[in-house]
Amino acid sequence: MSNNALSNCADCPVHNLGNLKKLGVNMSNFDFAIALAGNPNTGKSTVFNYLTGLKQHTGNWPGKTVTRAEGGFEFNGKRFKLVDLPGTYSLLSTSTDEEIARDFILFGQPDVTVIVVDATRIERNLNLVIQILEITDRAIVCLNLMDEAKRNGIQIDDRILSKELGIPVIPTAARQGEGMTELTKMIFDVASGNFICKPHRIKSSSKELNAAIDVLIKEISAEFPNLPNTRWVALRLLEGDQSIIDAIRSGELGNIKGINTIEQSQLVIS
Amino acid sequence: MNNHNVNREAILAAANNLRWEVGENLHDTLMESIYENATAIARKAVIYPDKKPAFSFDRTLDKILTSKYFGFPLMLLILGAVFWVTIEGANIPSGLIASLLVDTLHPLLKNFTNSFMPWWLSGVLIDGAYLAMAWVVSVMLPPMAIFFPVYTLLEDFGYLPRVAFNMDPLYKKVGAHGKQALTMAMGFGCNAAGIVATRVIDSPREKLIAIITNNFSLCNGRWPTQILISTIFIGGIAPAYLTGLVSAAAVVFVAILGITFSLVVSWILSKTILRGEASAFSLELPPYRPPRILQTLYTSLIDRTIFVLWRAVIFAVPAGMVIWLAANITIDGVSIANHFINWANPFALIFGLNGVILLAYIIAIPANEIVIPTVLMLTVANLGLSSVGAGSGVMFELDSVADTASILHAGGWTLLTGINLMLFSLLHNPCSTTIYTIYKETKSVKWTLISTLLPIAMGFSVTFFVTQIWRLVVGS
Repeated sequence: MSNNALSNCADCPVHNLGNLKKLGVNMSNFDFAIALAGNPNTGKSTVFNYLTGLKQHTGNWPGKTVTRAEGGFEFNGKRFKLVDLPGTYSLLSTSTDEEIARDFILFGQPDVTVIVVDATRIERNLNLVIQILEITDRAIVCLNLMDEAKRNGIQIDDRILSKELGIPVIPTAARQGEGMTELTKMIFDVASGNFICKPHRIKSSSKELNAAIDVLIKEISAEFPNLPNTRWVALRLLEGDQSIIDAIRSGELGNIKGINTIEQSQLVIS
Repeated sequence: MNNHNVNREAILAAANNLRWEVGENLHDTLMESIYENATAIARKAVIYPDKKPAFSFDRTLDKILTSKYFGFPLMLLILGAVFWVTIEGANIPSGLIASLLVDTLHPLLKNFTNSFMPWWLSGVLIDGAYLAMAWVVSVMLPPMAIFFPVYTLLEDFGYLPRVAFNMDPLYKKVGAHGKQALTMAMGFGCNAAGIVATRVIDSPREKLIAIITNNFSLCNGRWPTQILISTIFIGGIAPAYLTGLVSAAAVVFVAILGITFSLVVSWILSKTILRGEASAFSLELPPYRPPRILQTLYTSLIDRTIFVLWRAVIFAVPAGMVIWLAANITIDGVSIANHFINWANPFALIFGLNGVILLAYIIAIPANEIVIPTVLMLTVANLGLSSVGAGSGVMFELDSVADTASILHAGGWTLLTGINLMLFSLLHNPCSTTIYTIYKETKSVKWTLISTLLPIAMGFSVTFFVTQIWRLVVGS
């Protein structure tokens, strides 16, 4: 009887949290690397602590995490390494914390990037989501602080949001642990390729820009055939981003496969 | 290989040419498209409430906490309350721990080791290393165990960004970055952490200013020094029922003085070697969140209190050995420590300090936490106070602030010495961990040296002026 119930539970996606094993700092032999990105003070570290079982201090102020934190968890028999990135409003400026976040998503090649979004400030948070979707295909929006959004009377249609962005959107309240089961399950699905994302791409009306991007994409993919996000690299080149220029000149842009820690990705850049 | 180089340069050249075709305002065009896309998506998926609620707790609280008139007084009040709670709460447990570790355990350990060790080995281990450690624990643990959780609760509640908001106009006026208020607040916990936090500042110029001035935030290694000395010398001249309040006020004053110095030095730097305008930035005031008390207690006790205490203990053990050796190895019948103290005394007196304090600050370069234990050990050794210790360089049975006071008074300390020690504790070189962190963040020997030497120079200047004026006015 109890055995039967257990196996039923194991098949039911809602109860899969039973499969979540918090591994703390033990990250050996991981199958997937997951990045946690998002605006400052949206609860990335709370999500991180929840999934890894670590007790990294979280503070109620933007900029609390300026260095990276890493931890691990196991779900459905797969081992995940989770990297908590510094909170950033964009990926286009030059401050160290934004570079750490950007370089890890770009060069660290996480299997999934979980973008933690403040449900009470969706519009501004989407600016970062859109920029991240330029860099990576495999992303999930963790629509956090849903409790605060509800308290403020904000109604969010997460299915429309998901359709527009082309990636899964999971409403959560990480402080209370709500929605974390669904998030874990979705991380698993996207990482293992069960869920294919079709991410939103910036629509620009400038013909010159689009033409220039096309030319550069062709040249870059000829020289670096394994690079998955040539469009972003092309955009950065057009903007004259020095770290990308250096990475191309030294050829290290081509060596990015299999880099999974920030230290390594910083080595590539610097 | 060569072929690759040619290809890569070709990509860069193509990018250079295309950059002209796309036009200069690519960055703006791109940002505009991003914003437009974001707005369009949000409009489809989100419905905001029609009218704002009549009463918003957050907005009302923000109006008070960041108000033109109440903002700063409330800040001072909150800061003062935190110290008062710390001072009042720490005294009794400090005495309890000291009587356990020093009064009870020390003689037991001493007798035990004396039974099979040569006297000097038992001296180095028990009278040096163990006593220094016991001292650090009893002086440091109680204030930290109160201060950190209270500070963390304030942080979790969301008060720190409001402090930054209040301070921002001041920092802007002196040509520094408003976020320096946040890194300064981190520095109140630990300067090394504060310096790592300067990564949130984009402009290299403003980041350097924030790094150089971070040391003016009293760190947790220095709070106990401030609290103890203020209780003995400043609280001591007030009526007994006001001691706690007056001591807390004095510590708040020194903390404010530190903030003032950070503003003044930022202003001087931004007018001289780091010239430039303050850059604009946006600071988000997060919603107030009820702190999760139990988790906060856990993280602040484990992550901060125990972590910092452990660090202090690690540095105290070798320092205790060094002190014992310095007090017991003699040249011409006088110990090395006394040679230095006697040699440094005339110089130190110009600044209203003494040779013991200078030697303590040299020994305590690895960690500010051990300044007070070192001062006391050296004072006892220097005076040869046999009634309170068993031989040179032995820390004595100290179970209350009053005993510490009597030691320091016996060592010739006056109110002026106490005031100057508090000032010098605010203005001296950062600890070795912080210096190393500064080097890692700036990658520059020059800026590391400036950040290290500037506070010492200021410390000697300020104590010099205070002493000269004091002697003119008070006459002693």
